[in-house]
Amino acid sequence: MGVKLLLEKAHVEGIRTFAVYRKEGGYKSVEKAIKQMGPEAIVEEVKKSGLRGRGGAGFPAGMKWSFIAKPEGVPRHLVCNADESEPGTFKDRYLMENIPHLLIEGLIISSFALGSNDTYIYIRGEYAWIVDILETAIEEAKANGYLGKNILGSGFDCNIHVQRGAGAYICGEETALIESLEGKRGNPRIKPPFPAIQGLWQRPTVVNNVETLAAVVPIINMGGDEYAKIGVGRSTGTKLISACGNIQKPGVYEIDMTISVEEFIYSDEYCGGIANGKRLKACIPGGSSVPILPANLLLKTAKGETRYMNYESLSDGGFATGSMMGSGGFIVLDEDQCIVKNTYTLARFYRHESCGQCSPCREGTGWMEKILNKIEIGKGRKSDIDLLWDIQRKIEGNTICPLGDAAAWPVAAAIRHFRDEFEWHVLNPDQAQKRNFGLAHYAEPIYVPAS
Amino acid sequence: MSQFSETQMTEFKRLVSRYPEGKQKSALLPVLHLAQNSFGGWLSQETLDYVAELLNITPIEVYEVATFYSMYNLKPVGQYLFEVCQTGPCMISGSDNIIQYIQEKLGIKPGETTKDGLFTLKTVECLGACGYAPMMQMGKTYREHLTKDKVDAIILECRSNAAANN
Repeated sequence: MGVKLLLEKAHVEGIRTFAVYRKEGGYKSVEKAIKQMGPEAIVEEVKKSGLRGRGGAGFPAGMKWSFIAKPEGVPRHLVCNADESEPGTFKDRYLMENIPHLLIEGLIISSFALGSNDTYIYIRGEYAWIVDILETAIEEAKANGYLGKNILGSGFDCNIHVQRGAGAYICGEETALIESLEGKRGNPRIKPPFPAIQGLWQRPTVVNNVETLAAVVPIINMGGDEYAKIGVGRSTGTKLISACGNIQKPGVYEIDMTISVEEFIYSDEYCGGIANGKRLKACIPGGSSVPILPANLLLKTAKGETRYMNYESLSDGGFATGSMMGSGGFIVLDEDQCIVKNTYTLARFYRHESCGQCSPCREGTGWMEKILNKIEIGKGRKSDIDLLWDIQRKIEGNTICPLGDAAAWPVAAAIRHFRDEFEWHVLNPDQAQKRNFGLAHYAEPIYVPAS
Repeated sequence: MSQFSETQMTEFKRLVSRYPEGKQKSALLPVLHLAQNSFGGWLSQETLDYVAELLNITPIEVYEVATFYSMYNLKPVGQYLFEVCQTGPCMISGSDNIIQYIQEKLGIKPGETTKDGLFTLKTVECLGACGYAPMMQMGKTYREHLTKDKVDAIILECRSNAAANN
């Protein structure tokens, strides 16, 4: 069993309530942070921990905090990004549903460190029932003196407000999220200025993912140095992985980033192997935006070394032969899955979610969806594959926000690794929708006994 | 024209109070949710104008938001709205079959409402339930691990709830 820092207590009976959470050692970190440490020391610990943003980009959280401007007399804000919308990702939902006080605890310390008296949780609109869970937790924390006025006699006031979005993937991008929080369309802003200088209502703002903010709790409890000892290299601490697709045991797993991809897929402690005795074909290891990898490149790097579940190893080989840790949305495809169809549904997703502000993304995502659909239903031509490649290249890097890149990468990786499957669809139009391409990319089925 | 009841008005004031003075526009998304829930599950132009007036912003500021976000229904919907996810992870777990089955069962296509006004079917993009696929949203909750039997049971449940309320 690996180390568990976030979900260790997630299944304790009644952990959603303040009383049980407190009895299990909850809110200890708030006492320590406020009574013994002070804002600068908290930021220092988070820097030392090496914690990287858990939303997808992996930017060092302590460094992000240290960028916040502190002009005299201007309020600052912390915003929690709970707009979890990356296909394959449902870890923040799991955390908020099961152990909401962990997020609230992390938010209190982080608000204190950044000087945010009004902190906002921006949660995707569809997670409507979780709003109630969070608001109950906030009320309980307030009733017990951990939120509201003069927290623990420190003179620090803090309120946490939960705001629902209304169905827009783009609002997971931090400047779009801020626009949405201001009651506008979720159109990302041009940076600079960065939110740390001019964010919510033009005030200095830090936006962090749910898991990042929850991880601040163990960092304060154990100290940044101790936290940094867990994991490997620049992948410190634990990471929540939401595993889905054709596996025996879909769900949310906390890993310490030293396990191999093979162990994660096949061990009974995690995914439990491929469902229905099928073989592994491919995997999108970090949410739909990251490059898909065929089984052979997923389990071993191009150099033939074991691939591990951490930031560095998953990206080993760059986009040519590697992928990314991303948001931790781990999507597994078995031998019966069609790469063309899968790529088509993702392209449709990005077309639907493009905010329409930049032409390469607005037009390009629509073109990609149409061409992929054409190939999928057996009406494609060989030149369409090159056209697709050309379009994705023209989107990548040419948009205000990373949604353009996120839409381009899955298409590029699918063509890069499964071009023969696209060609097969073109050459066998009558069978394009009936069956899958074949076995060319399968690694031999591997079985790893549970340790 | 419909207006918020006293309870709804209290909720409206709570929502606005969360933002600094003069930043009441920030409450627009939550207020539109409140309005949609209060006035039959959709937002008419009258409702949008009413929200603009309440928040003291121009109608266009409300229209551009209402048309941008996919959760706001700008046309009437049935009493029960089935929003079935069709993105990658749900697709590889068999969402196509579920969508097809609901269409056959209710005799409507995505985007349509049954003649009795009970059901509307919508296909949606990723709802963050990929590990519990196939799935759909129904009101405030998710219905997960869908099978044909489960769909039958849900439709039956809706029909008997509707009958009990009439």
